[in-house]
Amino acid sequence: MKNMQKNNLTIRREWILLAIIAVIAAAVGSRAPVFLTWRNALDIANDSAILAILVIGQMLVLLTRGIDLSVASNLALTGMACALLGKAFPALPIGVLILAALAIGAALGSLNGWLITGFDLPPIVVTLGTLSAYRGAIFVASHGAWISDQDIHVAIKGLPRESWFGLPALIWIAALVLALGAVFLRYTRSGREIYALGGNPHAATYVGIPVQAHLRRVYMFSGMLAGLAGLLWVGRYSIAYTELASGYELTVVAACVIGGVSIGGGVGSVLGAGLGVLFIGVVNGALPVIQVSPFWQQAISGAVILVSVAVNARSERRAGRQILERTTAQDKSVPEAGKGVVA
Amino acid sequence: MKAWGSWETVLLGLLVLLLLVFGFTQTGFFSVDTLADSTFNFSEKGLLALAIALLIVCGEIDLSIAATLALCSLAMGFTLKAGLGPWAIAAAALLTGVVAGAVNGILVTRYQLPSIVVTIGTLSLYRGLALVALGDQSVSGYPDVFSTLGNAYLGEVLGAKWLVIPIEFVVLCAMALLVGLVLHRTIIGRRIYAIGANPVAARFSGIEADRYRLLLFVFSGLMAALAAILLTGRIGSTRPNIAIGWELDAITMVILGGVAIEGGRGSVVGTMLSVLLLGLLTFGMGMANVTGIVMSMVIGALLIVSMVLPRLRRRRLAARH
Repeated sequence: MKNMQKNNLTIRREWILLAIIAVIAAAVGSRAPVFLTWRNALDIANDSAILAILVIGQMLVLLTRGIDLSVASNLALTGMACALLGKAFPALPIGVLILAALAIGAALGSLNGWLITGFDLPPIVVTLGTLSAYRGAIFVASHGAWISDQDIHVAIKGLPRESWFGLPALIWIAALVLALGAVFLRYTRSGREIYALGGNPHAATYVGIPVQAHLRRVYMFSGMLAGLAGLLWVGRYSIAYTELASGYELTVVAACVIGGVSIGGGVGSVLGAGLGVLFIGVVNGALPVIQVSPFWQQAISGAVILVSVAVNARSERRAGRQILERTTAQDKSVPEAGKGVVA
Repeated sequence: MKAWGSWETVLLGLLVLLLLVFGFTQTGFFSVDTLADSTFNFSEKGLLALAIALLIVCGEIDLSIAATLALCSLAMGFTLKAGLGPWAIAAAALLTGVVAGAVNGILVTRYQLPSIVVTIGTLSLYRGLALVALGDQSVSGYPDVFSTLGNAYLGEVLGAKWLVIPIEFVVLCAMALLVGLVLHRTIIGRRIYAIGANPVAARFSGIEADRYRLLLFVFSGLMAALAAILLTGRIGSTRPNIAIGWELDAITMVILGGVAIEGGRGSVVGTMLSVLLLGLLTFGMGMANVTGIVMSMVIGALLIVSMVLPRLRRRRLAARH
């Protein structure tokens, strides 16, 4: 029963988010009709595609009560590695480069997972460390040099610009990742177990869920998707350098939080996370159209994070402080409930 | 809860080792002037680290501390442009810090939100507000007092030339002493440990946990304001990207200092030793012409190694028994 209710709540939350996005789009569109054109929608989707790929990886990690702060560094390091690989071997086909990106990203992600599970370390500290370490490794690998447009492998540049069945390849790739993420989480045993272990790690251990193996898996997936995103990023912007996508990990976490994925683990859906990405994309796309300084973008996404966690907190309670919170919640809600009965 | 434990001994050993290595490899490292000047590049971060150490011991975290610093520096800039004097400028910074910290604290305590999410949100918000207000501009032309605070030595102010200790470092040491005494020698400190170790038990034993949390967030804002005054004075200008990414540096200092990220364990002595260790490591590598980004790689690796080693040791001890 309780589970059903919770499900209804999350579905309603997602509709609310969708409605907010629609209202913003309509409001901006009424001032600047160009915003509501197909072309602009494609631009926004194209700009959001890489974020969507990263968000699926981050969401898997957040579901297990972890966090992966190293995604942006992983993205940049893998992107640089692929750029260097493409520069050294111009004859490589794109398939090999994609495989290389997935493999490098997965290896970097697995290192996180191995440190976290092998030594029982807190994910936030491990990924904080690898955030710096991977970022520095880019400098070491590239000797601080930029790899600019003319040195980027033609196929890497070509991939994000390709168009399949009338839609840009980036959108197809992001859609594929979202779909795979949704199927994995909803219909596979591993996916359900990831929700379970995020909801209650102790109970998950007792019912025989291989918690450690799942943790290693989610960090590997997160890294793998970051690697793919790195290849696409380098291709889309035709450049690879040390500071690439620096600080982007917070945007990724922000998109998850806005989309209703709980930092406390066990709560969140691919649909919600996708809408979180869409929200950030729409706001970023809208600001220049209504001639608001793009400097507002960061402040707005900050405010939105705060509002969304406040809204989310109504339906979920902070883990580990349940007893305390229940008492305080009761204290506060008793007079209100009384009023409700009278009314 | 001890101020001095085995980890502090390890840190002290590493610090001595570091001094010896740099002392023998870098000519001129072992002069009083060089060592005094090296403190400039970590004194402000050290202030942030002290506040974060208290928060982490209490089971919370503040990722917005460097963004708060930027907001305080911005407040200083606006007060300057309004034509007010140094006292008003400093007061504006401190007030902004208190308000920014209180916003975090109220969101965490009143609305029962996890501090990591709240402060990721306010990190974006505060930094974003600084960006909105300043764009790509900067404010400079602060009164000389601030430049003195940020750049001068204690001896210059007191009229004793031999006393080459930067004022910034004196401020850091004074604050460290204060925070150390509060955490290790007062009932407030013991309660902070209690809240971090077991919030439920702490609440049931009559500790007003939320009041402590709120106070610590306000303290964190105050430290950010103090760091803003020193840093703005030292570089002489306010830019929206001032101190960007420093929250991660400060957290690294705290974790390497032996404060457990789960809360309830850690000491101010360890935090300060780690501030010195990382500060001198960065400075020494700078003398050896190591690029900043490689330094941060070394520090990131150090952070992980410092977490892995004690666990390996504990595991080996456990296997022997």
